Amino acid sequence: MIPPISKLLFRALTRGPYTRRGPVAPDPDGALELAAALGERARAKLGRSLAIREVDAGSCNGCELEIHAVNGPVYDLERFGIRFVASPRHADLLLVTGPVTSNMAEALRRTFEAVPSPKWVVALGDCARDGGCFAGSYAVLGGADSVVPVDLHIPGCPPEPARILSGLLEVLERAAKG
Amino acid sequence: MIGQETLAEFLAGLEAVADCAPYPRVRLDRGGWQSLVARLAGSDWGLMAEWGEPDEIHVALRDESDGEIRIVSHRCVDRRFAAIGTVRPAAIRLERAIRDLWGLEPEGLDDRRPWLDHGRWPVRQPLALRPRDPSPSSFAYPFLTAEGEGLHQIPVGPVHAGVIEPGHFRFHAQGETVVRLEARLGYTHKGIAGLATGRTIGEVARLAGRISGDSTVAYALAFARAVEAATGADVPRRADWLRALMAELERLANHLADIGGICNDAAFAVMLAQMQVLRERILGVNRALFGHRLLMDQVVPGGLVADLPPEGPETIKHLLYGLHKDVERARHLYENTPSLSDRTQGTGILPSALANRFGAGGYVGRASGRGHDARRVPGYPPYEMLDLTVPMLLEGDVNARVMVRFAEAAESLRLINRILLELPDGPVRADLPLRAGEGMAVIESFRGEVLVWVRVDEAGRVVRFHAHDPSWFQWPLLEAAIKGNIVADFPLCNKSFNCSYSGHDQ
Repeated sequence: MIPPISKLLFRALTRGPYTRRGPVAPDPDGALELAAALGERARAKLGRSLAIREVDAGSCNGCELEIHAVNGPVYDLERFGIRFVASPRHADLLLVTGPVTSNMAEALRRTFEAVPSPKWVVALGDCARDGGCFAGSYAVLGGADSVVPVDLHIPGCPPEPARILSGLLEVLERAAKG
Repeated sequence: MIGQETLAEFLAGLEAVADCAPYPRVRLDRGGWQSLVARLAGSDWGLMAEWGEPDEIHVALRDESDGEIRIVSHRCVDRRFAAIGTVRPAAIRLERAIRDLWGLEPEGLDDRRPWLDHGRWPVRQPLALRPRDPSPSSFAYPFLTAEGEGLHQIPVGPVHAGVIEPGHFRFHAQGETVVRLEARLGYTHKGIAGLATGRTIGEVARLAGRISGDSTVAYALAFARAVEAATGADVPRRADWLRALMAELERLANHLADIGGICNDAAFAVMLAQMQVLRERILGVNRALFGHRLLMDQVVPGGLVADLPPEGPETIKHLLYGLHKDVERARHLYENTPSLSDRTQGTGILPSALANRFGAGGYVGRASGRGHDARRVPGYPPYEMLDLTVPMLLEGDVNARVMVRFAEAAESLRLINRILLELPDGPVRADLPLRAGEGMAVIESFRGEVLVWVRVDEAGRVVRFHAHDPSWFQWPLLEAAIKGNIVADFPLCNKSFNCSYSGHDQ
């Protein structure tokens, strides 16, 4: 028997990489162009890499699902040298999702403090702007800016992967301006 | 237990609270509640959920022998009630949360530590009639200990290494072997029950869809069905079928992502890449047909916000055709990769007895011999028309949880196909009658049974709202399953359970 992994790798070689094909209209948001532009900017400012540390400050997990998608083979953030890292000490950028709950405030603050300067903070999703539909609760402080200084907000509930890419581009533009 | 009294018999003769549908709610006095707790020690009445109100405690129970569901309430005149956690360990954390939120004291519960309250809210007991001032002193959480030579502790979280939700895990390990794991949760507590009070049904539908983002259809559906039960609304048949279509698309997308994630945690990244491609195809179709990749805010009380567009069936059939082959191929790859099987087989075994004792649902229960599925019992339309097959395995290891997911994904593909074939015509939304009442609904999410209980008034506002996540009964079992495994296998076991943090903390 030919091992299934060999078959799979052979198919991948002959077929080429996965792009946004299939039953949906291909690439309606220009995601690939955005991704390419993001790659150049990242290199100009940060050499060949941008390291992102994600902090869920109380989200419903919806934003995390879309971040996984950005990381996956269809959007493949990593081909531009942009990657998610395990430790804030390796990060250039903090990506915060969710309304900041009282119970997560200190963890978020400490994670921010652990990121070496220069550093940026991106608030991802409607909750991270102002608490979204959870604003006003006894257990919610508000948006990410209630605890850490926010450079940019990416709207959406949750933001679609293409929007996350364009948001990161915006950060790099601002960073390039200094 | 032959000849044992059923739940319905035990509660017979008590008058049900008016306007609670479709499951009767009965009120017990102090003595009655105490005898209920005593019965729970030896009966096979399953605990579904337990929650509070400022002066009352509720527990939803199901008699596993005949499937009858009852809500039992007890007015806590002195703000105390006999703890169910003394006889049912699954209730311990629920009752600790009840003490934190409503200030009702579970009598007899040994564990006096707070659960959701980390001492950081501006008030204590925020949902009680009179919330209390925060405690002035800071609070250190005493973890359960393990003692012995060579033991060490490993604290992990709340911010984890990957892109996942926050929670704290405290390991006691001897060398590489985990001796004890204790989770501390509550970091994502957003106070959803408090937020829902007094809001319109439409606003709470939006909140319900954001209790756990991966189960947004299941939660929105549970809330919608609870409100429809409370108000006596008639939902068009087409809406029922399209809701099931969305629920199965959600289940499929989540199961595939889980399979990829589990294999990735066993250092087999190629499966994650494959599965993310498949998942992306499903989400792309969701976006094209319904306008939202995760299907948030599509299911509302009364029906759906929009009908399936005319090209819908064709688009989904096209999706199914490709998916069916690719999922089969992935299963073949999974089963024929010895290095992967070596990691997943025999790892993180959850004994069947524990799964039953905690009433674990979803793939966690079904991989350990507990074949419960809310789509069958109590059941809801249109599943009675669909000849649902529920896979069940007995091994209880990571491998079994993966194989249950593969089987459920295949079943979802089949169900979606059937739904498209038999989809009735007609409207997809009906007006909600303005009527006061109470309702409860049980829906099978990809993770297990989601329960929503709601009370609405004549003005179309929510008076009380409670949502129960299946993770409540799965988190404690993860702690049992990891025991004796090596620390390095924890991510693998954790992902195979894939409990919700947000759904649990709310």
